[in-house]
Amino acid sequence: MSDATTLKSSEGVRGDAAAPEAPRGIDPLTTVSNGLQLAWRSVLKIKANPEEVLGLTFMPIMFVTLFVFVFGQAIMGDWQEYRDFLMPGIIAQSVVFATLGTGFTLCQDVEKGIFDRFRSLPIARSAPLIGAILGDLVRYSVTVVMVLLVGLAIGFRPEGGVVGVVAAAALILLFAFALCWMSAFVGMMVRTPMAVQSFGMILMFPLTFGSSAFVAPEAMPSWMRAVAENNPITHVVNAMRGLMIGGDVAAPVAWTLVWTAIFIAIFGPLAVWAYRRRT
Amino acid sequence: MTDAIRAEGLVKQFKGKRALDGVDLTARTGAVLGVLGPNGSGKTTTVRILSTLLRPDGGRAEVGGFDVVRRPHDVRRLIGLTGQYAAVDAELTGTENLMLIARLLGFGRSAARARSTELLERFELTDAAGRPAKTYSGGMRRRLDLAASLVGRPSLLYLDEPTTGLDPHSRNGLWDVVRGLVDDGVTVLLTTQYLEEADQLADDIVVLDHGRVISRGTPEELKNHAGKQVLELRTIDPGQLDLAVRIVEAVTSSPVTADGLGASVPVTDAAVLPEVVRRLDEQGVALAELSLRKPSLDEVFLALTGHTAEDESTGETVAEGTPA
Repeated sequence: MSDATTLKSSEGVRGDAAAPEAPRGIDPLTTVSNGLQLAWRSVLKIKANPEEVLGLTFMPIMFVTLFVFVFGQAIMGDWQEYRDFLMPGIIAQSVVFATLGTGFTLCQDVEKGIFDRFRSLPIARSAPLIGAILGDLVRYSVTVVMVLLVGLAIGFRPEGGVVGVVAAAALILLFAFALCWMSAFVGMMVRTPMAVQSFGMILMFPLTFGSSAFVAPEAMPSWMRAVAENNPITHVVNAMRGLMIGGDVAAPVAWTLVWTAIFIAIFGPLAVWAYRRRT
Repeated sequence: MTDAIRAEGLVKQFKGKRALDGVDLTARTGAVLGVLGPNGSGKTTTVRILSTLLRPDGGRAEVGGFDVVRRPHDVRRLIGLTGQYAAVDAELTGTENLMLIARLLGFGRSAARARSTELLERFELTDAAGRPAKTYSGGMRRRLDLAASLVGRPSLLYLDEPTTGLDPHSRNGLWDVVRGLVDDGVTVLLTTQYLEEADQLADDIVVLDHGRVISRGTPEELKNHAGKQVLELRTIDPGQLDLAVRIVEAVTSSPVTADGLGASVPVTDAAVLPEVVRRLDEQGVALAELSLRKPSLDEVFLALTGHTAEDESTGETVAEGTPA
């Protein structure tokens, strides 16, 4: 084995340079900087993981292309019109699915004992959780940009302009921030990362497809329509549509903010509770 | 000399089952305390309590004079932890793994880089520094894990089964590292299932069984208790085994375990061997095999507890590997 070489003598393990004096307690500033350092870890992991990079780039290309060119003509009789309708929806869908990653990686970190290492360090206890969520916001942002780029490549020209697009992106990122607390909660409650995946899929598929993301609820049977119209994803998608391609903005944005607040209020404390229980 | 760790009556329950049932232990500053026991004996639970990862349900523990429950932050500033499985980030490179820990500990960017380089060099990982840890071999990962636990220059290091699953050469390398750390004045708490490992490294040994301390002392004392070596024999004619057992019992004055095919007996003095051979020869017992070997953990347990070290889990991670 290549590593089976004899290790060198002990000099240098303790080293000469004195370790910086760690603070006695944890002040908020340290918590934030610990959180940012751990968020950087998540970003490094995205970069280092080819499957992740592939998922982040290939999935949007595939989804946008298939939906626009397979369903576009059938749903709206005009693929270009459907493309414009679809873009806000598919951005939302991609980001909502991406929030699954939060629970997945948290669960993985606990399973592999990495959190034990962090928790044995004199750092803020909440830092790994904060870091995971901040790092994932970067992942979600990349997702938004990638889907948008694919859309632009096939001729999507949002009427809302840069301001509208940025506002829509900010809204979906805020909503994703709320959703990832739910994902974190699930990740802390189940034993294996695979369980997060299956549980999330069962939840995310009806949530995204049973909304206005791909088809207008008006075209659905009445019971499905009722579900779709009260689905939080519908509010987000409608708000994004309003901001990006024109239409009603105020009401769906307000609804989105209400749902965001509800998700954070419920799953924020639950995730923190589950995290403390598990770690 | 002060004690680095002092634990009294530690109790921990998992789902109604007692993983720890009143563990007392003391680690002298600058010494290696070996915690020896089979899977499920409470080794990992003890380490997790002493490293503030788990709250005890009863009892108390002080590390470096700080109570582990009331002053966890102060305890964490003193300790390094290397768990049973290498807790490094597989996607991150060796350098990134160490840099992250250093930055979390408050090192500035250049100080963090210097410390990482120093440790990678020290653990002969310089060539692999830029590669993701998932490409490392088992031994390399353990070394990176150990390096990560040393970034903050802990004065107390916990090593939870550090060599389980390692090949003998990597294991010897790790032993050298531990010896080097002790020379530098680091106190080490080492858990192991291998008597040989405890013998090689520990100044004091605590033997755990079913969450209780069943023995404590120096490695020498422990081995004297269990017999320094084990004499094993097999007769060509199974019918002569009974006779052989009686002879060996008479010479060694220790209880002999026989299983129909062969017999084994703990011996404290290898000088009994010629005597055994002579007496067996006199009585006309034909031997198929006669050997002396070191006692296994099972035999130490048998000597200490009267039962063998059963392999049962108590909510602890089941460690892989076979006793040496």
